[in-house]
Amino acid sequence: MRQSTFILGAVVLAIALFFAPRVLENDYIFFAGYVVLQYIVLATAWNILGGYCGYVNFGSAAFFALGAYTAVAIHKFSPMPMPLLIVAGGIISGLVGLGMGYLTLRLRGVFFAIASLAMAVVMQTLVINWDYVGGSRGAYIIRPQQVEIFSYQLPYIQYLFAWMLFLAVASLVIARTIERSKLGYGFATIRDDEQAAEACGVPTLRLKLIATTMSGALMGMAGAPFPYYIGYLEPASAFSLTYAVNSIAMPMIGGTTSWVGPLIGAVLLGTVQQVATVTISSAVNLLLVGILLVVFVIIAPNGIMGAVQAWQRKRRKA
Amino acid sequence: MTAPLLEIQGLGKRFGGFVALDNINLSVAPQERVGLIGPNGSGKSTLVNCICGTLRNETGTVRFEGKAMDGLLAHERTRLGMARSFQLPRPFKTLTVAENLRVPLLYTVDARSGSKLSQRELDERCMELLALVGLADKAWQYPGDLTQVEMRKLELARAMAAEPKLLIADESMAGLSHSEVDDILALLVRLNERGITIIMIEHIMRAVMTFSQRVIVLVSGKKIADGLPEDVIRDPEVVGAYLGQ
Ligand SMILES: Nc1ncnc2c1ncn2[C@@H]1O[C@H](COP(=O)(O)OP(=O)(O)OP(=O)(O)O)[C@@H](O)[C@H]1O
Ligand SMILES: [Mg+2]
Repeated sequence: MRQSTFILGAVVLAIALFFAPRVLENDYIFFAGYVVLQYIVLATAWNILGGYCGYVNFGSAAFFALGAYTAVAIHKFSPMPMPLLIVAGGIISGLVGLGMGYLTLRLRGVFFAIASLAMAVVMQTLVINWDYVGGSRGAYIIRPQQVEIFSYQLPYIQYLFAWMLFLAVASLVIARTIERSKLGYGFATIRDDEQAAEACGVPTLRLKLIATTMSGALMGMAGAPFPYYIGYLEPASAFSLTYAVNSIAMPMIGGTTSWVGPLIGAVLLGTVQQVATVTISSAVNLLLVGILLVVFVIIAPNGIMGAVQAWQRKRRKA
Repeated sequence: MTAPLLEIQGLGKRFGGFVALDNINLSVAPQERVGLIGPNGSGKSTLVNCICGTLRNETGTVRFEGKAMDGLLAHERTRLGMARSFQLPRPFKTLTVAENLRVPLLYTVDARSGSKLSQRELDERCMELLALVGLADKAWQYPGDLTQVEMRKLELARAMAAEPKLLIADESMAGLSHSEVDDILALLVRLNERGITIIMIEHIMRAVMTFSQRVIVLVSGKKIADGLPEDVIRDPEVVGAYLGQ
């Protein structure tokens, strides 16, 4: 599919996704849908570093939280429009991603994973001790009831939903573009064999920095609207383990080698978790993720997309 | 005498306390065909790694076209015109055979010329190279589906794809049949006729003797001989090193 066709299709689908729940006149769908969309962004962002380059990041929650706290800090100073907060969150988390890339350049495999986790702990400690954004007590954000768009009153949750929808589409377009570009080939060689990549002329260090920066920036953008969604932001919820685990589990379950994998994983796991939250309790969410991960590691270690591709390959050979 | 393409002075490399290369001096002229031989573990691959920047040498310098390579990363050296195959094939296993060749085309050939090859040109070059090494019908397979021999051919094709001035082939022919060795030799000679300097590391003496204009012998990290092939194999020290093994 051509890039322009893909973008057009994605935008049309996104508009349909926005108007469908409005027809149903059910705001809950917006609340639940927002979370699923947010996970699409997080899973896609994680996958740029984890799936494409093979660097497992355990610190996703920190990038997300930094985006959220950037928004809080700006809001405390003076309320600003949402697009600005999103851009600011992206810049801060992107810079932290770049910094993390620099500090961990020579670490591979499990050492990189541990370092990313350590980075998240350091960030959380810093935020807990930052009084301006509420420290460990957290911060309240009074969100407006509605926003006026072209003299039309849009309920605020629908406004947030629309932004997250935009971010989800944008990150999927970015991921798909990377996959088919020179950058995507470079990332794949890093995942497969860095020394062979260098021997072929791939500047592996620079590419890794690009990946950590992009991945971090997208996560930060996903975090920026979060304080307005939740209304009350505290370090424990912003840096929650749930984000770190889900960002890894969703691409793994969906498949890490293509942009479709994180999308499938996020929709699947995100929806299951939303349903479980309503019907059972939010406490079972991580348990569900754990069970699904174990099941997938056994039956489809390369995720749903991996299983589909293996099946296609076998059929072509036969 | 023309200026050397590759010049190595006083190169030394250790792994912990073990001296893998000891004060290596050698030079290779443009368009020369050099054979590099030596018993197992004598440091041939380590030397290649130091030349190409995969490993850092502790002492000495590598000069390429008169320029010191100190501190240059492997990908920078590749862009300047060095390319090597790995002794143990290291294909990009999640990319197809054709895509494996795309990487040096995108990251070296494009980067060097400053102009971008179109999708069609890329595909054509990949297929051309694969045809040269006899892998054309495997283009859309993954390296995991290849035999060891096919993987060696892919390894060589990928090094060639970078359009190097200096090509270092590290045991590209191990395990190949008699006629396959001849095919690869003919290919290397053709590349050489096009102006590419080639260093060939090989245990198959027949290949070394027919291919090389000059042979360099490493033993235990030291250069013990450097000269015409027929002289070198009669050198008592070389004979001793091989018999002693
Ligand atoms: N990364 C490394 N760490 C420690 N020792 C190494 C390393 N690489 C090579 N060596 C040692 O250095 C010596 C030279 O190895 P090298 O691979 O260069 O030999 P070679 O001449 O290529 O041998 P072969 O003909 O078997 O390929 C060997 O004793 C080897 O064990
Ligand atoms: Mg070797």
